[in-house]
Amino acid sequence: MSGSNLHSSGELSHLADEESENKTPLLADLRLWAVIGIIALLAAPHFFYPVMVAKVLCFALFAAAFNLLLGFAGLLSFGHAAFFGFSAYVTGYCLQSLGLTAELGILAGTATGALLGLLIGLIAIRRQGIYFAMITLALAQMVYFVCLQAPFTGGEDGLQGVPRRSLFGIIDMTSNMSVYYLVLAIFCFGIFIVYRTVHSPFGQVLKSIRENEDRAISLGYDADRYKLMAFVLSAALSGLAGSTKVMVFQLASLTDVQWQMSGEVVLMAVLGGIGTMLGPILGATIIITLQNELAQIGSLTTIVQGAVFVACVLLFRRGIVGELSHRWNQWRGRSIEPASEAQESRSEV
Amino acid sequence: MALLDIPLPVFMGQLLIGLINGAFYAVLSLGLALIFGLLNIVNFAHGALYMVGAFVAFLLLDIMGIGYWPSLLLAPVIVGLFGMVIERLLLRPLADLDHLYGLLLTFGLALLLEGAFRHFYGVSGERYAIPDSLQGVFNLGFMFLPVYRAWVIVASLIVCIATWLLIEKTRLGATMRAAVENADLVRAFGVNVPLLVTVTYGFGVALAAFAGVLAAPIYSVNPLMGSNIIIVVFAIVVIGGLGSIKGAVISGFLLGLCEGLTRVFWPEASNIVIFVVMAVVLVVRPAGLFGKAA
Repeated sequence: MSGSNLHSSGELSHLADEESENKTPLLADLRLWAVIGIIALLAAPHFFYPVMVAKVLCFALFAAAFNLLLGFAGLLSFGHAAFFGFSAYVTGYCLQSLGLTAELGILAGTATGALLGLLIGLIAIRRQGIYFAMITLALAQMVYFVCLQAPFTGGEDGLQGVPRRSLFGIIDMTSNMSVYYLVLAIFCFGIFIVYRTVHSPFGQVLKSIRENEDRAISLGYDADRYKLMAFVLSAALSGLAGSTKVMVFQLASLTDVQWQMSGEVVLMAVLGGIGTMLGPILGATIIITLQNELAQIGSLTTIVQGAVFVACVLLFRRGIVGELSHRWNQWRGRSIEPASEAQESRSEV
Repeated sequence: MALLDIPLPVFMGQLLIGLINGAFYAVLSLGLALIFGLLNIVNFAHGALYMVGAFVAFLLLDIMGIGYWPSLLLAPVIVGLFGMVIERLLLRPLADLDHLYGLLLTFGLALLLEGAFRHFYGVSGERYAIPDSLQGVFNLGFMFLPVYRAWVIVASLIVCIATWLLIEKTRLGATMRAAVENADLVRAFGVNVPLLVTVTYGFGVALAAFAGVLAAPIYSVNPLMGSNIIIVVFAIVVIGGLGSIKGAVISGFLLGLCEGLTRVFWPEASNIVIFVVMAVVLVVRPAGLFGKAA
């Protein structure tokens, strides 16, 4: 059985490439969007509660890290909460019990994500498709039980009241505003890493593995090594996102490491658009906003999330951004099929 | 040597709990294996449907006064029919797409079902009494064995063996196995393959509901009971080899026992022992214990 991935169905195969290839102004010009986005985000805390916007940024980074794996390497991990949550615990522990400065705590969390990603990746990479999803899920559940029982995690209570240590020992982090701008800087850095990865020779190899693993192997690429590297990178960025979450909320808890969190990040990416740069960011924004609106009735959040999931899979598998850019291309009279064919023939060269 | 200083009743008691858990694992992973075999879908909603089965039994008793024994048959039928509706309306449109979409859709379905029951019944759970005919305990000399727990093990074994016989020894089972190998060819012989798929999904789901009814008197009937067990069952299915009926049943019982044994010697590790076994099996035999190599 050859590796099945989300893009072999053909329907989605053009998605990731549309952005990099087309020169369509509105949705695809990432530089324009980046500038608008950064200006908006710099101004945002003056209009909204900064902690809330920072939360959206943390989860947007998490979703982008997850999407790096699913959208561009075709690997559906159902265990990303492990990296997000466990790194949050490590950062929390470093700040609270070891008294490290903010940047060291975040670094420790990111490194933990990468290391955990290497361990889980080495095992999970042996199987593909749905097996891969189930194995990552099971291994992440193992991490959950470790967090539940390990002495440093505070069990059911989690780590509460984690102090916001100063950055480099100089810059005060106690105000919500300063934490917001730290998170914004980290977010931009993380998204830039994802963007550079996708648009690098390494990213091209990943895409070729996603499209046709056997052919990539026959061309001499060590597919498993590339997939493992993508997995570790995605895990490290998820860990970075988890670490920033601790800085914002001063809290690391079991919610961050539960498998429902792994599902949530999948939902964010699917809703926004798998394999697009903006999709996960938009998806995270929608889901977090939704959760805040429905927070009073916990069970309702689950129902709505489930319904959104079902609707996404049945009705718009491209996600919002994917669907919009697809419509935009159709409206401009561009046929999608020749584009993806051209892409394919190019990748053969 | 009294087994490393552990009293025999404690030891046997944990082993028994392991065996009972193993019975649930076996019935659940058997349903998953069946559904995967014909639909190529990992039914993420399996745990939620197990929970629904328990709730249907509870509601039958609570609203209509229908007791345990009729429920043991009725609840799986009701949930099975519900599953067939799901298959026709939601899963059929995804049949030609990548398998991951089925996983995502059933995941959403699991959230929906869990959220809905949590909305109406909270998380505290409802009690479901052991039927009078299964009250009491057997005295085995070294320990007391509750009758109901013995019944759970026996009932699961019967269902597993019956399903295995159905798949391996009957004409229907032969058709199913043929449809797994080559659906187009089987259809050319005049078999209604889409109907076969629908019925298989319904049957797999009914197995989950059956496990749910069996579990109702042991655990409280709780909206979250499915999400706790499903990931363990996934790990067991990976260990057994996803396509294999035999692998699902045998590894289900074995890993239940393994979990029970761990609880005796190192209680803190009992929650993760199955995942550790999974990791080891994957390193040694990536296709699972009973799976065919890819």
